[in-house]
Order: sequence, then structure tokens, then C-alpha cells
Amino acid sequence: MRLVFITVLALVLATVVGLGSTYVTATRGTELGTLTIGAWTARPKNGTAEVDPYSRALIARSGELPIGTGDGIAFSATTDDRKKPLDGRCDVVVSGVTPAARFWTLTLFDRKGHLIANSLQRYGFTSQEIIRSSDGSFEIRIAARSRAGNWLPTGGIERYALMLRLYDTPVGVATRTQRDAPMPSITTAGCP
Amino acid sequence: MIRLLFTIIAGVLLGGVVHLVSVLALPRIATQDAYSRLTPMTRLNAVTPLPVADPGNSPIPFMDPAFAMAVCRYDLSGGPIKLTVPVSQAYTSVSFYTRNEVAYYAINDRSAGRRVIELDLMTEAQHNELPEDEEVTAADRLIIDSPTTTGLILLKALAPEPGLMPQAQATLAASNCKVQTDAPAPKQEEPAPPPPSPPRSKR
Repeated sequence: MRLVFITVLALVLATVVGLGSTYVTATRGTELGTLTIGAWTARPKNGTAEVDPYSRALIARSGELPIGTGDGIAFSATTDDRKKPLDGRCDVVVSGVTPAARFWTLTLFDRKGHLIANSLQRYGFTSQEIIRSSDGSFEIRIAARSRAGNWLPTGGIERYALMLRLYDTPVGVATRTQRDAPMPSITTAGCP
Repeated sequence: MIRLLFTIIAGVLLGGVVHLVSVLALPRIATQDAYSRLTPMTRLNAVTPLPVADPGNSPIPFMDPAFAMAVCRYDLSGGPIKLTVPVSQAYTSVSFYTRNEVAYYAINDRSAGRRVIELDLMTEAQHNELPEDEEVTAADRLIIDSPTTTGLILLKALAPEPGLMPQAQATLAASNCKVQTDAPAPKQEEPAPPPPSPPRSKR
């Protein structure tokens, strides 16, 4: 009787520990092979055949198609530079310059990867649409209410994610630091 | 007491094994992965345009709304596939994914270096069966080896401004993805270039 109890306990424990940790890693991802610059994170290996098993599980679970290395690279951010989660009710400013690339797009998603409805039907910017200052830098204001300049509406949702995708770019597996890839800063300018 | 402790340690160790096995198995058993999501809405060995991502409807998560996209879901068991994609004005790329969404190859218009991206996709076995001389004569032909017999080809054309989206979609509509036939088929029904020329005077 006691042996049965102990065996069942061990098996239940194994299932909980095993599947629980798999769920966590396949939902949140791991630090394996990530490239972090400021608030931005990318996984350059996801666009190659050498993608790690944890990223593969994450991709299979979310249903996305990772961007291939010969195509470009995707950086995502869910917090500002001070690690404060991006809040759609606040004014967030993305400013600076981007790494060398033929084109880039900045898109706002909810945490599950859906676009957020707004009356302008504006879900992001491409590098050609953006209004820049004379030195080539830009400033994008992300807010629920309309703002002057490059305004990206949030629809007032609580949590969102930004994705900066560089197309035809030297940034990739060999990139390590801010110097190779100057990413724009993300700052929360104010909350109502 | 010591027996209980031993049980817990054994359970955690076994849990580690369960974790590794389930992480490795997840891509195979996932039912909501991109391939499964796209299967009902795409045709096999043909180019199917995807709707432009919008809040109400996006076939896969984190789709870039600035791009016109199309998918060729392929099965190489009937023979190699020939893919031709005309290059759009701004930026065009072609990415290849295995059945389990490993991005094993991607190329953009500039690295293809021509007005039309032309590729032959085949399995390694089919590549090895290619006659030696044919490979020489077709030296300028780009041959891609697919690690799996089935998979996805994602065609993307950038619309740098929303107004250029129809143009980007028209580029992808003119692309072609089909199983190669042995005999060089006579030239026929090349998909007509999309912008219709202004009507000429009636004869």
C-alpha cells in the first residue's frame, strides 16, 4: 500500500513539475540566445535552422512565423527603458535612430499578437512614412488620444507590445551591443 | 521520512525528463501552429494570397500589417517545385519554413539580384537525383533543399505607404508556385501583368 502511494506521488510530482515548467518556458520564452539592446529583445537564431528547442516550442504554441535571417530581424519590447510595462493609457515616446536597414516597420500589438482597432486604421509606421527631424532622428508618440507628429494610437488598452522589424539589414546573429545596432529609446512621458 | 524525501527527489528528477520530452514534442503535437492555421485557407502547391492583417482578422499572430503576403503550402512528394516571384518596387522577400516552422531559408529581392526571384525547391533526395549535366547548364538556377517534404513558403511585398498596398498585392498575385513537370512545357498562360493597359481604339 505504501509503495503504491509513494509511486503515485512521485509520478504526480513528475507530471506537475515537467509540464508546468514546459508551459512556463513555452509561454514566456527563455533567455537562450536572446539579443537585448535597451528595452528591445530579439532572437536572431529564430530565423535560422539552428533555432533552439525552447524557441521552437514557443513558436509552435503561439502560431507565428519567425522572420528568416535572409529577410530581416524582429525586435520586440514590452517595457520602456526603465522596465515599466508599456501602458496604453500613458504617453510613450519612442525616439532616436534605428540600425542600418533598407526598410523598417514599427507595429503595435496586444500581448497575443493581434492589432488594436482604431479609427485611423494605423497600426504602425514604416520607415518611409515617418516624419524625421533634420538630423535623421525621429520621435513617435504612442498614446490613446491624438498627438502632433508621428502619433501611434493605442486604443487605450492596458498592456501592449511594440515590434520593430528591420528588413535587409546587417543586424543578426553576430550583433552583440548597442554600438552595432543603435536602437531607439522608449520612455514613458506621462500617465493621466 | 527519508523515504518521502527520496520520493520527492525522484519525482523532480523524473519531472525534468518529462519537461525535456514535452518541449521537444511540442512542435509536433501543437494544433494551433502556423502550418495548421494556414492549412484550411491555402491551396496545396499554389500561391494563396493572405488577407492584410487587421484587428478583426489576422491569420497568424504578429503579422506585419505593412506587407502584402501570400503563402505557398508545398508538398514535394510529387516532384520539385518551381517558384517565381516578380520583384515589387519597394521590397520583396521569400521565406521558407519546414512543416514545424523552422525558417531554413530566406532571400530578398536585392540578394536575388534580378527582376524576378526564381527558385527551385526540392528535397535532398531529389537534388541528388538531378542529372549532373543539367545542374551545370542550370548553374544560374537557385536550388533550395527542403529538410521536410511539406512546408510553407511565405512571399512578402512591402507597401511603404498604405496607398501602395494594391500594387504590392498585384506583385504577389503574379507570382507562381507549382510542381515541376519533366518536359519543358510550352509557354502558356503566363499570368498577365496586373495593370490593364488603357483601352485602345476599337478595331
